[in-house]
Amino acid sequence: MMKSATKSDMIRVTCKINGKEYSGLAEPRTLFVHFIRDELNLTGTHIGCDTGHCGACTIFMNGKSVKSCMVLAIQAQGADITTVEGLADGDKLHPIQEAFWENHGLQCGYCTPGMLISGLFLLQRNPDPTEDEIRRGIEGNLCRCTGYVNIVKSIKAAAKKMQSEGGKSARSM
Amino acid sequence: MTPKKFDYYSPTSINEAIQLLHDNEDSKVLAGGQSLLALMKLRLAAPSALVDISKLQEMSYVREDKDYLGIGALTIHDIIEHNQTIKKKFTLLTDAASKIGDQQIRNVGTIGGSSCHADPAADLPTALSAVNAHFVIRSGKGQRIVPATEFFVDLFQTAVGHDEVLSEIRLPYLPPRSGSGYIKHSRREGDFAIVGTGVVLTMGDGNVCKDIRIALGAVSATPLRAKSAEEYLKGKTLDDKNIADAAEIANEGADPPSDMHGSKEYRMEMIKVFTRRTVKLAMSRVM
Repeated sequence: MMKSATKSDMIRVTCKINGKEYSGLAEPRTLFVHFIRDELNLTGTHIGCDTGHCGACTIFMNGKSVKSCMVLAIQAQGADITTVEGLADGDKLHPIQEAFWENHGLQCGYCTPGMLISGLFLLQRNPDPTEDEIRRGIEGNLCRCTGYVNIVKSIKAAAKKMQSEGGKSARSM
Repeated sequence: MTPKKFDYYSPTSINEAIQLLHDNEDSKVLAGGQSLLALMKLRLAAPSALVDISKLQEMSYVREDKDYLGIGALTIHDIIEHNQTIKKKFTLLTDAASKIGDQQIRNVGTIGGSSCHADPAADLPTALSAVNAHFVIRSGKGQRIVPATEFFVDLFQTAVGHDEVLSEIRLPYLPPRSGSGYIKHSRREGDFAIVGTGVVLTMGDGNVCKDIRIALGAVSATPLRAKSAEEYLKGKTLDDKNIADAAEIANEGADPPSDMHGSKEYRMEMIKVFTRRTVKLAMSRVM
């Protein structure tokens, strides 16, 4: 059945985020990143630029990394989402988070939520990437502190960790 | 940044989408949205209604037909980049798709959306012009098929009318001993092209050029075919000298802009350099 909404309608948007069902209200023009941060209070996903350049708002949407500022909330109706809050298992960090911690892969941390998701998307496809492949994998994510060297190192280390854990943490997002 | 308010429709079929476009005068089609939403956030575009076709999964496919390879308009760049049939038969599309934006954009942006947006600096329109792709445009009256030479009309303008939807892009198969390539010249990964060059060529006996199409991006309002260079090379041996001579006249008719990424003069020179390189790349792939 066709769905429609007029300009000022508040639409109920329901989607699964980090394995849990969330529901909130959005206008047709509400960007998904604003919806998850302001309506659902999941503020782990950051807004760095609002213009689709910085990648800080990157999330998994139905298994693919996307910039949540470049999608409308209403388009996420029924979608399966993973944000940075969904990476750790309780107090146990995800191996890619551990790798960023151990390799100084963040300084101010603002770009980190997006870097983690982009890094993970890459590793799910390519469990043992070269440095060039890692750099290409994060080309949609800007960092203004690290100069990327330690981020690349972190993703490389995460690849090792995830492989040695025998795919245990390579659960699909 | 938030777009201006708009009505939102999510049709369940292409016919429903066409009807909605017909009924809503100031409406726009939303496909991947990676260009349109950016423009709307900057308020450079403010349509009063969006017809969101992104959920029409039946419009995402790569299908081998008898005479052509059909690509559904909603096929995302990431699929085009990794499709093995495209890589084998139309390598320049693999080149072009892999150079668009970044991974997140390639995960959402579509070939149809990029074509209809018709940014002169975009990669796929240039590559599709070199292939001489055919565009299937659906309307309430049926469908019509438009070649690339007529599809790209002007800056951000295509042959797709307001109440029409681009449904498929057809790539006519190339004859034996053909090869193709696309090179994007940009300063940083993910930027738009300073110059983009797409080449499709067919060789005859020896190294003689039987047929060639050279398309240039970012140097004109629409993808520009380097006709003089094409004509020069047809029937000639594809050696270094002939390729260099053809490249010298490849910028005939080009009218590139000057901006912070490169001056007009610089782009005119780069057309020569990248035409030469892309012809050689396409030659190296002749099977």
